Amino acid sequence: MCLGIPGRIVERCATDGASLAAGFVEFEGLRRRVCLELVPNAQTGDYVIVHAGIAISQINADEAARLLGYLRAIGEDDLAQEITP
Amino acid sequence: MTSSSFTPQCPVPHVESDSIQLAHGEGARLTRRLIREELLCAFANPFLSPLADSATLPAVEGPIVMTTDSSVVSPLFFPGGNIGSLAVYSAINDLAVSGAFPLYLSLALILEEGLSIDTLRRVVASISEAARTCGVPIVTGDTKVVPRGAADKLFICTTGIGRQRKDVDAGVQRVRPSDKILISGTMGDHGLAVLSAREGLDLGDNLISDSAPLHDLVDRLLESGAEVRFMRDPTRGGVAAVLHELVEQFSFAIRLDEASLPISPVARGACELLGLDALHIANEGKLLAVVSEKTAGAAIEALRGHPLGAHATIIGEIADSPSAEVLLVNRFGQVRNIDEPSGAPLPRIC
Amino acid sequence: MKYVDEYRDPRLAERLVEKLHKMVTRPWTVMEVCGGQTHTLVRSGIDRMIPPDLRLVHGPGCPVCVTPLEMIDRALVIAARPEVTFCSFGDMLRVPGTARDLLSVRASGGDVRIVYSPLDAVTLAQKNPKREVVFFAVGFETTAPATALALIQARRLGLRNLSILAAHVLVLPAMEMVVTAPGNRVQGFLAAGHVCAVMGYEAHHEFAARHRVPIVLTGFEPVDLLEGLLMLSTQMEQGRHEAENQYARSVSESGNRHAQQVIAEVYEICDRPWRGLGVLPHSGLRLRKEYHDMDAERRFASNTFASVEPRECRSGEILIGLLRPDRCEAFGTRCTPEQPLGAPMVSSEGACAAYWKYGRAQRRV
Repeated sequence: MCLGIPGRIVERCATDGASLAAGFVEFEGLRRRVCLELVPNAQTGDYVIVHAGIAISQINADEAARLLGYLRAIGEDDLAQEITP
Repeated sequence: MTSSSFTPQCPVPHVESDSIQLAHGEGARLTRRLIREELLCAFANPFLSPLADSATLPAVEGPIVMTTDSSVVSPLFFPGGNIGSLAVYSAINDLAVSGAFPLYLSLALILEEGLSIDTLRRVVASISEAARTCGVPIVTGDTKVVPRGAADKLFICTTGIGRQRKDVDAGVQRVRPSDKILISGTMGDHGLAVLSAREGLDLGDNLISDSAPLHDLVDRLLESGAEVRFMRDPTRGGVAAVLHELVEQFSFAIRLDEASLPISPVARGACELLGLDALHIANEGKLLAVVSEKTAGAAIEALRGHPLGAHATIIGEIADSPSAEVLLVNRFGQVRNIDEPSGAPLPRIC
Repeated sequence: MKYVDEYRDPRLAERLVEKLHKMVTRPWTVMEVCGGQTHTLVRSGIDRMIPPDLRLVHGPGCPVCVTPLEMIDRALVIAARPEVTFCSFGDMLRVPGTARDLLSVRASGGDVRIVYSPLDAVTLAQKNPKREVVFFAVGFETTAPATALALIQARRLGLRNLSILAAHVLVLPAMEMVVTAPGNRVQGFLAAGHVCAVMGYEAHHEFAARHRVPIVLTGFEPVDLLEGLLMLSTQMEQGRHEAENQYARSVSESGNRHAQQVIAEVYEICDRPWRGLGVLPHSGLRLRKEYHDMDAERRFASNTFASVEPRECRSGEILIGLLRPDRCEAFGTRCTPEQPLGAPMVSSEGACAAYWKYGRAQRRV
């Protein structure tokens, strides 16, 4: 049960001094309270990696898009090379 | 010392109580009052009222089918159901998938000393409602009270009696290679709802048990004319448990298609989060059937026409291989075996 | 599921597999460090799709598997105490100690609870002030911030009834051990993405250069692992040895500074015995002096006891990739998930468990 799963912040909760920063994160229709103390810059709508009830990292959407774009282009390049005489 | 006859005293409380006491199970005044006030009113039917030790039932045409179930689910109430309705539907469903029309139920309650009468009332109301919905009376019963700690609040045992249908000839021995395996809807909903409620996993309100009676759905399937080889409701241990039971009894393999397995988005989220496999998680309102390849389409259509079967789908087939394994073909075309559920992770789900 | 499904796309996987087949020209041995990576590889069957010349060995990145036996036995003693509510991650429950496991302690009446987060243990402590709540703090650097935060939160709330059994271990010392072990043939590492999300990968650059071995840290989905293998193979074929980041969507070079701060506030580095591997220097985390009052080992000091491993268990060799689980004589016979000889057969991240659950159909060939 020590998995890191991506989820979307749907609400940041107001906190008093004693409590750690927290919010609600959604994983495919499931909402769970998650500690956001370690991702102070993550806003509602951002995606975070949640492990053991704590958000340990914010997902960089641009990096994700860049990698996927690159991956999707693989193979199409090769195909183009095969077709071109 | 004078000799006097020793009269055992039952410690009958003199005040009205809002919780179950040991005296309630002792067969004396409080018991009769409990039965009369709480149980009889809820279950009133001609077989039950005389409060005899047994019920005398009319003769049945053809073979009698009988099943028995215990419900020990914790917590008693969970999103989508409770121990009461669960107990009724379990018996009904066992009869239905065995190819029988459900006729009568018996009900045995084991109550822990200290159980609130209010909780008992809510459960009893639910049992009554469930039985009424299915048109199946509770014809005989028993109530025991055990000391605090000897049971966890409330256990229920139901026995169901049914009449064998003439239009079904199902059983493991009828299963053949190329037969298709169907399920009537999404997997794992019940087990996840109960697990979340019990362990306080705090996963929001969207995990809801699928607890439901299946006799109507089975009717629909059998009336479609589909060649049904085998039926089961995949409860504890999930679909994987049923499929393993199947392969243990004959010498074919089962091949499932991962991309076809129906699972709701919310159950999928819970499985990802908790590292669980929906194939191993209990269902309480799903029908698993093996049908011939050529009638599988008709079977699916029939199921989808019923509210409980809206997401019915073919999930795999019986393979012509003597290996007696349950295999899964994943999205990458790779084959792996589905293990038998190992028992410990999800206790007290049903 | 966003950020999950895209990385399970079979078409992307296929393309990466094709590229891998073109890239690999001779035999290589690589190790994936983390148990989560092992499970994805075996479960998805990727290990059967990659070129046969690219040999995978499985690493010690299963924190449940490497928690020292003495620590498990200590946990069992504490969990059996009537005043204790013992909280743990689910997969610790069936890890065998010398004589029993947490599940059997629960069956005998011990108050053992599965929790999803260490913060749930804090809530339990708050709601049950008369109970002694103990959390079994197992895990790598990925989990250490969570347990640290639990103690910080407990401190802020003034709770006196929460303590932890500190059993965290660190990944790089284990990689160090693998690469310096006699008979080691690992020529490249797939490093654990979530550990690096917390700690960053600056230290990996130094490791790669010193040992002249390439490292690629990856995510945990099939496409992540395939891309990581492609990047690693490219380095090996080109004779480079650098630390690269495949998991850039979640990992930055410096990692999560806030997470590193909370770890440093609560823990300090120590030597630690790893189950099956012996003592690795500077490989564990123990509580700092300021948090000794929340140390369950001190709070529930007990007599020392003899912790004894079953002699037949070969988890030590499994954990550093010298033995494949299905080649162990006890695999599937005297060692099964129901009756495990050691931890790797019962942990959700254990290599033996992965082979048992997913690998048998494939290995029948």
